Amino acid sequence: MSMLEARTAEVRAALDQVTDPELDESVVELGFVTGIDIAEDGAVSVGFRLPTYWCAANFSYLMAADMRDAVAALPWVKRADVRLDEHMFIDEINNGVAAGKDFADAFPQEAGENLAGIRLHFGLKSFERRQEALLRHLLAAGHDPQAFLDLTVEGLERLALDGEGPGLRARYLARRPLAGGEDLAFVTSAGERIMHETLSVYLRHIRRVGLNAEFNGALCRGLLAARYGDEPSTLPEDPGLADFIRQGVASSDQTARP
Amino acid sequence: MYTTKDGEEIFIIDGHVHLWDASPENIKNIHGKQFIDCFYGYHASLSPPEQLWTPEKFAKYGAEQMVQDLFIDGPDDMAIFQPTYLKDFYKTGFNTLEQNAVLKTRYPDRFILNGAFDPRDGEGGLEALEAMAEIHKIKGVKLYTAEWKGDSRGYKLSDPAAYKYFERCEKLGIKNVHVHKGPTIIPLDRDAFDVADIDHCATDFPNLNFIVEHCGLPRLDDFCWIAVQESNVYGGLAVVLPFIHSRPGYFAKVMSELLFWLGEDRILFGSDYGIWTPRWLVERFMSFELPDELVKETGKQLTLEAKKKILGENAARIYGVDIAAQKARLGRMAPVAA
Repeated sequence: MSMLEARTAEVRAALDQVTDPELDESVVELGFVTGIDIAEDGAVSVGFRLPTYWCAANFSYLMAADMRDAVAALPWVKRADVRLDEHMFIDEINNGVAAGKDFADAFPQEAGENLAGIRLHFGLKSFERRQEALLRHLLAAGHDPQAFLDLTVEGLERLALDGEGPGLRARYLARRPLAGGEDLAFVTSAGERIMHETLSVYLRHIRRVGLNAEFNGALCRGLLAARYGDEPSTLPEDPGLADFIRQGVASSDQTARP
Repeated sequence: MYTTKDGEEIFIIDGHVHLWDASPENIKNIHGKQFIDCFYGYHASLSPPEQLWTPEKFAKYGAEQMVQDLFIDGPDDMAIFQPTYLKDFYKTGFNTLEQNAVLKTRYPDRFILNGAFDPRDGEGGLEALEAMAEIHKIKGVKLYTAEWKGDSRGYKLSDPAAYKYFERCEKLGIKNVHVHKGPTIIPLDRDAFDVADIDHCATDFPNLNFIVEHCGLPRLDDFCWIAVQESNVYGGLAVVLPFIHSRPGYFAKVMSELLFWLGEDRILFGSDYGIWTPRWLVERFMSFELPDELVKETGKQLTLEAKKKILGENAARIYGVDIAAQKARLGRMAPVAA
């Protein structure tokens, strides 16, 4: 593998950790990343696109800023630049992210709340989705709810799991700190204890969060395909790289998702 | 009219239709072009392949095509026009009450005309609402709370300015307030999707019906929670229903939630024509059954009775349509000519 290939793979892996806040899926997996350009001096430029011209500016901004930070964190990267294509606020987003501004500074008129608030709001929704997946797995595997709802975070980490269990647990625990509350592995998004007597009602409640995300995910993928599916002019300049990205996505798809 | 295998005739009121003009001649700027492209994306990504239109036809299909698709090829008996003005994007507007009124004049028994208002228009807007009520006898309005206006990036239905309009609606006999809560035109803040404001106005205006279009997706959880507490809150199936083709399992889950929380009396069918045509939607819906495991979990069935309510009876109730009388009236008419 040449140095360029190795560095491209590192950038791709870093971008793969960035999620769409509402869908809780990787921006690479969603097909948002259109190209990675790496200069010899360590400057990296990432191109990305969204399903519509109207996609919410705050989410777009958040993803762009997260991508920039993820790439800039690689030790050899001297400069990271993220360019959004074809969007109603293309200039505000590209220039704001390049200048390292907060969303509220880039959109002084419009921003009703700062990015941290949005990040927390959708972080908690993703917490609930990941928690639901893990709880359903534990129930299906025959674990006793009365016992696992009493576990501390450390206790859950030590619990013997098989199949998809360890992956679901890791995804869930990555979001667990957002909910705060008692030192229990399982709490509501408000940090409150979940009672085993009401677990089934609680599961039905958090399932609706997943229904929303599935609606968005299906729409976003469909709209992205309809927008760019058969327009070769919008493909990245280097088709080999795009193919590489997509192949990487396809092969990681099975392990990355619950 | 949809006829079941057993010969039963089901009266269909399509709660959500448009007649728009997004032809290149009417497009004012890049936003207008991107807006219709986005609509086309919905059409292309959620329609069965044999139902796909070309982008040219989609941009401007015209009144005769509409009548054909709804009432001749399609099963609709009546349809409710929901206007979308967008005068900043389109020279003569995208889909206005005035444009819709032309078809209403030609087919008075087929169409129900809805108006629109924006509480940010102040006194002038109230006068315009009065004029709509007087000229077109409107019984409903369609609102876009996320729409931008000058420096404003949307409004809430719980704003005092909105309450002035609701008071006027009550006075004018405009009973049905359709609110677009779902994929938005220019959603900048997440508040644009927020359904919490419905909770306040539905409590404060118990004589009005609030129909939340697209069921508040992607905020279904919040919407169901509010709807269970407010008996004058309804869910409109536009955009939700086409999932019956591409993701039937998902559609089943959403239907189960709606039946559980809202119940079959508060769900309204809408094709969102011309994004989708009613024929395939109604056919699929009529033959759709909820999987057993969901029925077991929620205890809710999608029965023939429920389907009849969703497809027509619920809309008839809130719009004051006497189905038997309307059937007789339409039966006496010659079939509509395209």
